[in-house]
Amino acid sequence: MTDKILIENFSLQYEDGIESLRNINLAVEKNAITVLFGPAGGGKSSLLRSINRLNDPEDIRLINGRILIDGDDILDPKMDIIELRRRVGMVFARPVVLPFSIRKNITYGLEVMGEKDQNKLNNAVERSLNQAALWEEIKHRLDDPAIALSGGQQQRLCIARSLALEPEVIMLDEPTSGLDPISTGKVENSLQELKKDYTIILVPHSVQQAARTADNAGFFLQGELIEFSHGKKIFTSPEVKKTEDYVTGRFG
Amino acid sequence: MLRKNFESEIHRLKDEILDFGGMVEKNLLDSVDALKRRDVGKSHKVVEVDKVINKKRFELENEVMILIATQQPMAKDLRLLASFFEVISEIERMGDYAKGIGTINIRMGSDDLLKPLVDIPIMAEKSADMCHRALIAFINEDVDAALLIPKEDDEIDALYIKVYRDLIAYVVSDPESIEKANWLLWVAHNLERFADRVTNICERTAFVVNGKLFEIEDTL
Repeated sequence: MTDKILIENFSLQYEDGIESLRNINLAVEKNAITVLFGPAGGGKSSLLRSINRLNDPEDIRLINGRILIDGDDILDPKMDIIELRRRVGMVFARPVVLPFSIRKNITYGLEVMGEKDQNKLNNAVERSLNQAALWEEIKHRLDDPAIALSGGQQQRLCIARSLALEPEVIMLDEPTSGLDPISTGKVENSLQELKKDYTIILVPHSVQQAARTADNAGFFLQGELIEFSHGKKIFTSPEVKKTEDYVTGRFG
Repeated sequence: MLRKNFESEIHRLKDEILDFGGMVEKNLLDSVDALKRRDVGKSHKVVEVDKVINKKRFELENEVMILIATQQPMAKDLRLLASFFEVISEIERMGDYAKGIGTINIRMGSDDLLKPLVDIPIMAEKSADMCHRALIAFINEDVDAALLIPKEDDEIDALYIKVYRDLIAYVVSDPESIEKANWLLWVAHNLERFADRVTNICERTAFVVNGKLFEIEDTL
Protein backbone atom coordinates (compact mmCIF):
# COMPACT_ATOMS: atom_id res chain seq x y z
CA MET A 1 0.00 0.00 0.00
CA THR A 2 1.32 3.40 -1.01
CA ASP A 3 -0.06 6.77 -0.09
CA LYS A 4 -0.88 9.00 -3.04
CA ILE A 5 -1.89 12.06 -1.06
CA LEU A 6 -0.74 13.05 2.39
CA ILE A 7 -2.64 15.73 4.27
CA GLU A 8 -0.66 17.02 7.23
CA ASN A 9 -1.96 19.28 9.99
CA PHE A 10 -4.21 20.99 7.46
CA SER A 11 -6.44 23.80 8.68
CA LEU A 12 -8.65 26.11 6.71
CA GLN A 13 -10.85 29.00 7.74
CA TYR A 14 -13.06 31.07 5.47
CA GLU A 15 -13.48 34.82 5.80
CA ASP A 16 -17.12 34.42 6.82
CA GLY A 17 -16.06 31.96 9.51
CA ILE A 18 -18.93 29.63 8.65
CA GLU A 19 -17.07 26.49 7.71
CA SER A 20 -13.57 25.48 8.50
CA LEU A 21 -11.26 22.51 8.74
CA ARG A 22 -9.20 21.95 11.85
CA ASN A 23 -5.90 20.12 11.91
CA ILE A 24 -6.70 17.37 9.41
CA ASN A 25 -4.26 14.49 9.07
CA LEU A 26 -5.13 11.95 6.43
CA ALA A 27 -3.38 9.58 4.04
CA VAL A 28 -5.13 8.79 0.75
CA GLU A 29 -4.12 5.32 -0.40
CA LYS A 30 -3.12 4.83 -4.02
CA ASN A 31 -5.42 2.63 -6.15
CA ALA A 32 -8.11 2.61 -3.52
CA ILE A 33 -11.39 4.40 -2.85
CA THR A 34 -11.15 6.79 0.06
CA VAL A 35 -14.55 7.93 1.25
CA LEU A 36 -15.10 11.17 3.17
CA PHE A 37 -18.49 11.17 4.88
CA GLY A 38 -20.43 12.99 7.57
CA PRO A 39 -23.21 15.53 7.98
CA ALA A 40 -23.41 18.65 5.82
CA GLY A 41 -21.03 21.41 6.85
CA GLY A 42 -18.46 18.93 8.15
CA GLY A 43 -15.74 20.04 5.77
CA LYS A 44 -15.68 17.20 3.22
CA SER A 45 -16.26 19.40 0.18
CA SER A 46 -13.89 22.05 1.53
CA LEU A 47 -11.19 19.43 1.70
CA LEU A 48 -11.88 18.29 -1.88
CA ARG A 49 -11.78 21.87 -3.08
CA SER A 50 -8.51 22.42 -1.22
CA ILE A 51 -6.93 19.37 -2.88
CA ASN A 52 -7.89 20.86 -6.25
CA ARG A 53 -7.11 24.47 -5.23
CA LEU A 54 -10.66 25.46 -6.14
CA ASN A 55 -11.08 27.78 -3.18
CA ASP A 56 -11.01 31.44 -4.03
CA PRO A 57 -8.04 32.93 -2.13
CA GLU A 58 -10.12 36.00 -1.31
CA ASP A 59 -12.56 33.89 0.68
CA ILE A 60 -9.87 32.37 2.85
CA ARG A 61 -8.82 33.89 6.15
CA LEU A 62 -6.38 31.21 7.19
CA ILE A 63 -4.72 28.21 5.65
CA ASN A 64 -2.14 26.02 7.39
CA GLY A 65 -0.44 22.69 6.97
CA ARG A 66 0.48 20.71 3.89
CA ILE A 67 -1.23 18.72 1.16
CA LEU A 68 1.27 16.51 -0.65
CA ILE A 69 0.56 14.65 -3.88
CA ASP A 70 3.41 12.23 -4.52
CA GLY A 71 5.46 14.50 -2.30
CA ASP A 72 4.60 17.75 -4.14
CA ASP A 73 3.10 20.38 -1.88
CA ILE A 74 0.09 21.61 -3.82
CA LEU A 75 -0.34 24.66 -1.58
CA ASP A 76 3.05 25.93 -2.74
CA PRO A 77 2.41 29.22 -4.58
CA LYS A 78 4.68 27.96 -7.36
CA MET A 79 2.40 25.01 -7.99
CA ASP A 80 1.05 24.97 -11.58
CA ILE A 81 -2.70 24.95 -10.94
CA ILE A 82 -3.67 23.90 -14.46
CA GLU A 83 -1.31 20.94 -14.21
CA LEU A 84 -2.64 20.15 -10.71
CA ARG A 85 -6.21 20.06 -12.02
CA ARG A 86 -5.16 17.75 -14.82
CA ARG A 87 -3.57 15.41 -12.27
CA VAL A 88 -6.57 15.65 -9.96
CA GLY A 89 -9.92 15.39 -11.74
CA MET A 90 -13.14 16.49 -10.12
CA VAL A 91 -16.74 15.33 -10.65
CA PHE A 92 -19.57 17.24 -9.03
CA ALA A 93 -23.01 16.28 -7.73
CA ARG A 94 -24.91 17.65 -10.70
CA PRO A 95 -23.52 16.50 -14.02
CA VAL A 96 -22.33 19.53 -15.94
CA VAL A 97 -22.20 18.57 -19.60
CA LEU A 98 -20.90 21.07 -22.09
CA PRO A 99 -23.34 22.23 -24.81
CA PHE A 100 -21.55 20.11 -27.42
CA SER A 101 -21.71 16.59 -28.78
CA ILE A 102 -20.86 13.61 -26.59
CA ARG A 103 -17.54 13.26 -28.43
CA LYS A 104 -16.64 16.93 -28.06
CA ASN A 105 -17.37 16.79 -24.33
CA ILE A 106 -14.53 14.28 -24.02
CA THR A 107 -12.07 15.89 -26.42
CA TYR A 108 -12.60 19.49 -25.34
CA GLY A 109 -10.14 19.43 -22.44
CA LEU A 110 -7.48 17.72 -24.54
CA GLU A 111 -7.96 20.21 -27.37
CA VAL A 112 -7.68 23.11 -24.94
CA MET A 113 -4.38 21.60 -23.83
CA GLY A 114 -3.23 21.61 -27.46
CA GLU A 115 -3.90 18.06 -28.59
CA LYS A 116 -4.66 18.05 -32.35
CA ASP A 117 -3.93 14.45 -33.38
CA GLN A 118 -7.33 13.07 -34.40
CA ASN A 119 -6.29 9.46 -33.71
CA LYS A 120 -5.21 10.30 -30.20
CA LEU A 121 -8.45 12.18 -29.61
CA ASN A 122 -10.54 9.27 -30.91
CA ASN A 123 -8.62 6.81 -28.76
CA ALA A 124 -9.17 9.02 -25.72
CA VAL A 125 -12.92 9.07 -26.42
CA GLU A 126 -13.19 5.30 -26.60
CA ARG A 127 -10.84 4.62 -23.70
CA SER A 128 -12.41 7.08 -21.28
CA LEU A 129 -16.01 6.15 -22.19
CA ASN A 130 -15.10 2.50 -21.66
CA GLN A 131 -13.54 3.27 -18.31
CA ALA A 132 -16.66 5.13 -17.25
CA ALA A 133 -18.79 2.13 -18.34
CA LEU A 134 -20.62 4.22 -20.94
CA TRP A 135 -19.07 3.18 -24.27
CA GLU A 136 -21.40 0.29 -25.08
CA GLU A 137 -24.50 2.41 -24.47
CA ILE A 138 -23.55 5.38 -26.65
CA LYS A 139 -20.85 4.31 -29.12
CA HIS A 140 -23.27 4.63 -32.05
CA ARG A 141 -24.30 8.18 -31.28
CA LEU A 142 -21.16 10.01 -30.30
CA ASP A 143 -22.18 13.04 -32.32
CA ASP A 144 -25.53 13.48 -30.59
CA PRO A 145 -25.76 16.41 -28.19
CA ALA A 146 -24.60 15.39 -24.72
CA ILE A 147 -27.62 17.06 -23.18
CA ALA A 148 -29.81 14.33 -24.71
CA LEU A 149 -28.28 11.69 -22.45
CA SER A 150 -30.06 10.52 -19.31
CA GLY A 151 -28.92 11.88 -15.94
CA GLY A 152 -26.97 8.73 -15.16
CA GLN A 153 -25.30 8.78 -18.58
CA GLN A 154 -24.47 12.48 -18.21
CA GLN A 155 -22.77 11.80 -14.89
CA ARG A 156 -20.74 8.96 -16.38
CA LEU A 157 -19.88 11.29 -19.27
CA CYS A 158 -18.51 13.78 -16.72
CA ILE A 159 -16.43 10.99 -15.18
CA ALA A 160 -15.22 10.04 -18.69
CA ARG A 161 -14.38 13.68 -19.41
CA SER A 162 -12.11 13.88 -16.40
CA LEU A 163 -10.56 10.49 -17.30
CA ALA A 164 -9.72 11.73 -20.81
CA LEU A 165 -7.07 13.99 -19.29
CA GLU A 166 -5.42 10.93 -17.75
CA PRO A 167 -5.51 12.23 -14.20
CA GLU A 168 -3.87 10.44 -11.28
CA VAL A 169 -6.59 11.17 -8.78
CA ILE A 170 -10.35 11.44 -9.32
CA MET A 171 -12.43 13.24 -6.74
CA LEU A 172 -16.20 12.87 -6.81
CA ASP A 173 -18.50 15.02 -4.70
CA GLU A 174 -21.84 13.18 -4.26
CA PRO A 175 -21.72 12.01 -7.89
CA THR A 176 -24.88 9.93 -7.66
CA SER A 177 -27.09 12.16 -5.53
CA GLY A 178 -29.38 12.86 -8.48
CA LEU A 179 -29.33 9.37 -9.99
CA ASP A 180 -31.70 6.41 -9.80
CA PRO A 181 -30.47 3.17 -8.15
CA ILE A 182 -29.55 1.53 -11.47
CA SER A 183 -27.43 4.46 -12.66
CA THR A 184 -25.97 4.70 -9.15
CA GLY A 185 -25.01 1.04 -9.36
CA LYS A 186 -23.32 1.60 -12.71
CA VAL A 187 -21.30 4.54 -11.40
CA GLU A 188 -20.29 2.58 -8.29
CA ASN A 189 -19.27 -0.40 -10.43
CA SER A 190 -17.15 1.77 -12.66
CA LEU A 191 -15.43 3.27 -9.58
CA GLN A 192 -14.45 -0.24 -8.51
CA GLU A 193 -12.88 -0.77 -11.94
CA LEU A 194 -11.28 2.69 -12.05
CA LYS A 195 -9.46 2.28 -8.76
CA LYS A 196 -7.19 -0.26 -10.43
CA ASP A 197 -5.68 2.61 -12.42
CA TYR A 198 -6.52 5.69 -10.36
CA THR A 199 -6.72 6.95 -6.83
CA ILE A 200 -10.29 7.83 -5.94
CA ILE A 201 -11.71 10.16 -3.33
CA LEU A 202 -15.47 10.01 -2.97
CA VAL A 203 -17.90 12.07 -0.95
CA PRO A 204 -20.91 9.72 -0.95
CA HIS A 205 -24.53 10.82 -0.78
CA SER A 206 -25.44 8.32 1.94
CA VAL A 207 -23.84 6.22 4.64
CA GLN A 208 -24.96 3.12 2.72
CA GLN A 209 -23.04 4.25 -0.34
CA ALA A 210 -20.05 4.98 1.86
CA ALA A 211 -20.21 1.43 3.22
CA ARG A 212 -20.64 -0.11 -0.25
CA THR A 213 -17.72 1.70 -1.83
CA ALA A 214 -15.10 2.53 0.80
CA ASP A 215 -11.73 0.89 1.03
CA ASN A 216 -10.88 3.55 3.59
CA ALA A 217 -13.23 6.05 5.14
CA GLY A 218 -12.98 9.22 7.17
CA PHE A 219 -15.84 10.61 9.25
CA PHE A 220 -15.95 14.43 9.26
CA LEU A 221 -17.92 16.41 11.78
CA GLN A 222 -17.87 20.20 12.17
CA GLY A 223 -14.50 20.60 10.49
CA GLU A 224 -12.77 17.75 12.27
CA LEU A 225 -11.76 14.31 11.13
CA ILE A 226 -13.32 12.24 13.90
CA GLU A 227 -12.26 8.78 12.77
CA PHE A 228 -10.37 7.33 9.84
CA SER A 229 -9.97 3.62 9.16
CA HIS A 230 -10.74 0.78 6.80
CA GLY A 231 -14.27 0.78 5.43
CA LYS A 232 -14.75 -2.75 6.69
CA LYS A 233 -14.00 -1.56 10.20
CA ILE A 234 -15.71 1.81 10.39
CA PHE A 235 -19.14 0.54 9.26
CA THR A 236 -19.15 -2.57 11.45
CA SER A 237 -17.18 -1.58 14.56
CA PRO A 238 -16.31 2.11 14.69
CA GLU A 239 -14.05 3.14 17.56
CA VAL A 240 -15.54 6.55 18.29
CA LYS A 241 -19.03 7.03 19.75
CA LYS A 242 -19.81 9.97 17.42
CA THR A 243 -19.04 7.81 14.38
CA GLU A 244 -21.19 5.02 15.78
CA ASP A 245 -24.09 7.41 16.35
CA TYR A 246 -23.81 8.81 12.84
CA VAL A 247 -23.49 5.55 10.90
CA THR A 248 -26.39 4.01 12.84
CA GLY A 249 -28.48 7.04 11.93
CA ARG A 250 -28.91 8.35 15.45
CA PHE A 251 -27.93 11.87 14.51
CA GLY A 252 -27.19 13.77 11.36
CA MET B 1 -35.46 10.61 18.49
CA LEU B 2 -34.20 9.59 15.08
CA ARG B 3 -35.08 6.08 13.84
CA LYS B 4 -37.87 5.70 16.39
CA ASN B 5 -39.55 2.98 14.34
CA PHE B 6 -36.32 1.00 14.04
CA GLU B 7 -35.71 1.26 17.78
CA SER B 8 -39.16 0.00 18.59
CA GLU B 9 -38.81 -2.89 16.11
CA ILE B 10 -35.54 -3.91 17.76
CA HIS B 11 -37.17 -3.71 21.16
CA ARG B 12 -40.05 -5.88 19.99
CA LEU B 13 -37.71 -8.47 18.47
CA LYS B 14 -35.69 -8.63 21.67
CA ASP B 15 -38.88 -9.36 23.60
CA GLU B 16 -39.78 -12.07 21.11
CA ILE B 17 -36.36 -13.67 21.43
CA LEU B 18 -36.72 -13.68 25.21
CA ASP B 19 -40.14 -15.36 24.86
CA PHE B 20 -38.68 -17.84 22.39
CA GLY B 21 -35.96 -18.72 24.91
CA GLY B 22 -38.68 -19.06 27.55
CA MET B 23 -40.45 -21.68 25.42
CA VAL B 24 -37.25 -23.71 25.16
CA GLU B 25 -36.41 -23.36 28.87
CA LYS B 26 -39.90 -24.60 29.81
CA ASN B 27 -39.72 -27.48 27.34
CA LEU B 28 -36.38 -28.56 28.81
CA LEU B 29 -37.78 -28.58 32.35
CA ASP B 30 -40.90 -30.41 31.12
CA SER B 31 -38.79 -33.03 29.36
CA VAL B 32 -36.89 -33.85 32.55
CA ASP B 33 -40.04 -33.74 34.69
CA ALA B 34 -41.72 -36.20 32.27
CA LEU B 35 -38.71 -38.49 32.53
CA LYS B 36 -38.60 -38.25 36.30
CA ARG B 37 -42.27 -39.30 36.54
CA ARG B 38 -42.03 -41.65 33.49
CA ASP B 39 -44.91 -39.70 31.94
CA VAL B 40 -44.67 -40.70 28.27
CA GLY B 41 -47.73 -38.61 27.34
CA LYS B 42 -45.98 -35.49 28.59
CA SER B 43 -42.89 -36.38 26.56
CA HIS B 44 -45.02 -36.59 23.42
CA LYS B 45 -46.15 -33.04 24.20
CA VAL B 46 -42.50 -31.99 24.54
CA VAL B 47 -41.84 -33.36 21.04
CA GLU B 48 -44.88 -31.46 19.70
CA VAL B 49 -43.77 -28.19 21.33
CA ASP B 50 -40.40 -28.60 19.62
CA LYS B 51 -42.15 -28.45 16.25
CA VAL B 52 -43.67 -25.11 17.27
CA ILE B 53 -40.19 -23.95 18.34
CA ASN B 54 -38.73 -24.88 14.95
CA LYS B 55 -41.45 -22.96 13.15
CA LYS B 56 -41.02 -19.95 15.42
CA ARG B 57 -37.30 -19.92 14.62
CA PHE B 58 -38.00 -19.35 10.92
CA GLU B 59 -40.58 -16.66 11.68
CA LEU B 60 -38.09 -14.78 13.84
CA GLU B 61 -35.31 -15.13 11.26
CA ASN B 62 -37.62 -13.72 8.65
CA GLU B 63 -38.38 -10.71 10.84
CA VAL B 64 -34.64 -10.04 11.30
CA MET B 65 -34.12 -10.32 7.54
CA ILE B 66 -36.89 -7.77 6.88
CA LEU B 67 -35.34 -5.35 9.38
CA ILE B 68 -31.94 -5.67 7.70
CA ALA B 69 -33.46 -5.10 4.26
CA THR B 70 -35.59 -2.15 5.25
CA GLN B 71 -33.34 -0.39 7.78
CA GLN B 72 -29.88 -1.13 6.37
CA PRO B 73 -28.28 -1.22 9.79
CA MET B 74 -24.69 -0.24 10.43
CA ALA B 75 -22.14 -0.71 13.19
CA LYS B 76 -23.71 -1.79 16.49
CA ASP B 77 -27.17 -2.17 14.95
CA LEU B 78 -25.68 -4.45 12.32
CA ARG B 79 -23.85 -6.49 14.95
CA LEU B 80 -27.04 -6.77 16.96
CA LEU B 81 -29.15 -7.98 14.03
CA ALA B 82 -26.44 -10.42 12.90
CA SER B 83 -26.33 -11.70 16.48
CA PHE B 84 -30.11 -12.14 16.48
CA PHE B 85 -29.61 -14.77 13.76
CA GLU B 86 -26.99 -16.57 15.81
CA VAL B 87 -28.93 -16.44 19.08
CA ILE B 88 -32.20 -17.54 17.45
CA SER B 89 -30.47 -20.52 15.93
CA GLU B 90 -28.74 -21.39 19.23
CA ILE B 91 -32.09 -21.34 21.03
CA GLU B 92 -33.62 -23.61 18.38
CA ARG B 93 -30.79 -26.12 18.79
CA MET B 94 -31.11 -25.97 22.55
CA GLY B 95 -34.75 -26.87 21.96
CA ASP B 96 -33.55 -29.99 20.15
CA TYR B 97 -31.90 -31.20 23.38
CA ALA B 98 -35.24 -30.93 25.19
CA LYS B 99 -36.85 -32.89 22.39
CA GLY B 100 -34.01 -35.44 22.62
CA ILE B 101 -34.77 -36.01 26.31
CA GLY B 102 -38.46 -36.36 25.42
CA THR B 103 -37.62 -38.97 22.78
CA ILE B 104 -35.46 -40.94 25.25
CA ASN B 105 -38.37 -41.17 27.68
CA ILE B 106 -40.65 -42.36 24.87
CA ARG B 107 -38.13 -44.97 23.70
CA MET B 108 -37.61 -46.31 27.23
CA GLY B 109 -41.10 -47.74 26.94
CA SER B 110 -42.30 -49.42 30.13
CA ASP B 111 -38.85 -49.79 31.72
CA ASP B 112 -38.34 -48.34 35.17
CA LEU B 113 -35.63 -45.76 35.72
CA LEU B 114 -32.33 -47.30 36.76
CA LYS B 115 -32.32 -45.02 39.79
CA PRO B 116 -34.35 -42.06 41.05
CA LEU B 117 -33.18 -38.87 39.37
CA VAL B 118 -31.19 -36.59 41.67
CA ASP B 119 -28.52 -34.68 39.76
CA ILE B 120 -30.25 -34.64 36.36
CA PRO B 121 -33.15 -32.39 37.53
CA ILE B 122 -30.57 -30.10 39.16
CA MET B 123 -28.66 -29.92 35.86
CA ALA B 124 -31.89 -29.10 34.02
CA GLU B 125 -32.93 -26.32 36.40
CA LYS B 126 -29.46 -24.82 36.47
CA SER B 127 -29.14 -24.96 32.65
CA ALA B 128 -32.56 -23.38 32.09
CA ASP B 129 -31.72 -20.65 34.58
CA MET B 130 -28.37 -19.95 32.90
CA CYS B 131 -30.13 -19.73 29.54
CA HIS B 132 -32.68 -17.29 30.91
CA ARG B 133 -30.05 -15.02 32.45
CA ALA B 134 -27.90 -15.19 29.30
CA LEU B 135 -30.85 -14.00 27.23
CA ILE B 136 -31.66 -11.20 29.70
CA ALA B 137 -28.01 -10.08 29.49
CA PHE B 138 -28.19 -10.29 25.69
CA ILE B 139 -31.28 -8.13 25.32
CA ASN B 140 -29.97 -5.66 27.91
CA GLU B 141 -26.58 -5.64 26.15
CA ASP B 142 -25.01 -6.24 29.55
CA VAL B 143 -21.52 -7.67 28.94
CA ASP B 144 -20.57 -7.88 32.62
CA ALA B 145 -23.57 -10.07 33.40
CA ALA B 146 -23.04 -12.13 30.24
CA LEU B 147 -19.40 -12.93 30.97
CA LEU B 148 -20.17 -14.24 34.47
CA ILE B 149 -22.53 -16.94 33.19
CA PRO B 150 -20.10 -19.23 31.26
CA LYS B 151 -18.15 -19.79 34.50
CA GLU B 152 -21.25 -21.54 35.87
CA ASP B 153 -20.97 -24.07 33.06
CA ASP B 154 -18.23 -25.69 35.16
CA GLU B 155 -20.90 -26.70 37.68
CA ILE B 156 -22.92 -28.36 34.91
CA ASP B 157 -19.83 -30.16 33.67
CA ALA B 158 -19.03 -31.33 37.22
CA LEU B 159 -22.59 -32.65 37.63
CA TYR B 160 -22.31 -34.42 34.28
CA ILE B 161 -19.12 -36.18 35.42
CA LYS B 162 -20.82 -37.11 38.69
CA VAL B 163 -23.82 -38.62 36.87
CA TYR B 164 -21.43 -40.49 34.58
CA ARG B 165 -19.51 -41.99 37.54
CA ASP B 166 -22.68 -42.94 39.41
CA LEU B 167 -24.03 -44.71 36.34
CA ILE B 168 -20.74 -46.50 35.71
CA ALA B 169 -20.86 -47.76 39.32
CA TYR B 170 -24.33 -49.24 38.61
CA VAL B 171 -23.08 -50.88 35.42
CA VAL B 172 -20.02 -52.35 37.17
CA SER B 173 -22.11 -53.92 39.91
CA ASP B 174 -24.83 -55.10 37.49
CA PRO B 175 -23.79 -55.34 33.81
CA GLU B 176 -27.46 -55.98 32.91
CA SER B 177 -28.20 -52.35 33.79
CA ILE B 178 -26.09 -51.02 30.93
CA GLU B 179 -28.99 -50.09 28.67
CA LYS B 180 -30.91 -48.23 31.39
CA ALA B 181 -27.69 -46.46 32.41
CA ASN B 182 -27.08 -45.50 28.81
CA TRP B 183 -30.52 -43.82 28.51
CA LEU B 184 -29.75 -41.63 31.51
CA LEU B 185 -26.23 -40.88 30.33
CA TRP B 186 -27.71 -39.56 27.08
CA VAL B 187 -30.10 -37.38 29.02
CA ALA B 188 -27.21 -35.91 31.03
CA HIS B 189 -25.23 -35.42 27.84
CA ASN B 190 -28.10 -33.46 26.29
CA LEU B 191 -28.21 -31.21 29.34
CA GLU B 192 -24.46 -30.68 29.26
CA ARG B 193 -24.63 -29.65 25.59
CA PHE B 194 -27.62 -27.36 26.29
CA ALA B 195 -25.54 -25.45 28.86
CA ASP B 196 -22.56 -25.25 26.48
CA ARG B 197 -24.69 -23.35 24.01
CA VAL B 198 -25.53 -20.76 26.67
CA THR B 199 -21.87 -19.72 26.41
CA ASN B 200 -22.34 -18.97 22.71
CA ILE B 201 -25.16 -16.55 23.53
CA CYS B 202 -22.89 -14.80 26.05
CA GLU B 203 -20.15 -14.47 23.41
CA ARG B 204 -22.66 -12.73 21.14
CA THR B 205 -23.54 -10.20 23.85
CA ALA B 206 -19.87 -9.23 24.08
CA PHE B 207 -19.71 -8.97 20.27
CA VAL B 208 -22.74 -6.68 20.08
CA VAL B 209 -21.31 -4.32 22.68
CA ASN B 210 -17.56 -4.43 21.94
CA GLY B 211 -17.47 -5.46 18.29
CA LYS B 212 -14.99 -8.23 19.11
CA LEU B 213 -15.62 -11.86 18.25
CA PHE B 214 -13.95 -14.28 20.65
CA GLU B 215 -14.55 -17.68 22.15
CA ILE B 216 -15.01 -18.00 25.88
CA GLU B 217 -12.72 -20.87 26.87
CA ASP B 218 -14.04 -23.96 28.60
CA THR B 219 -12.20 -24.55 31.85
CA LEU B 220 -12.98 -28.28 32.05
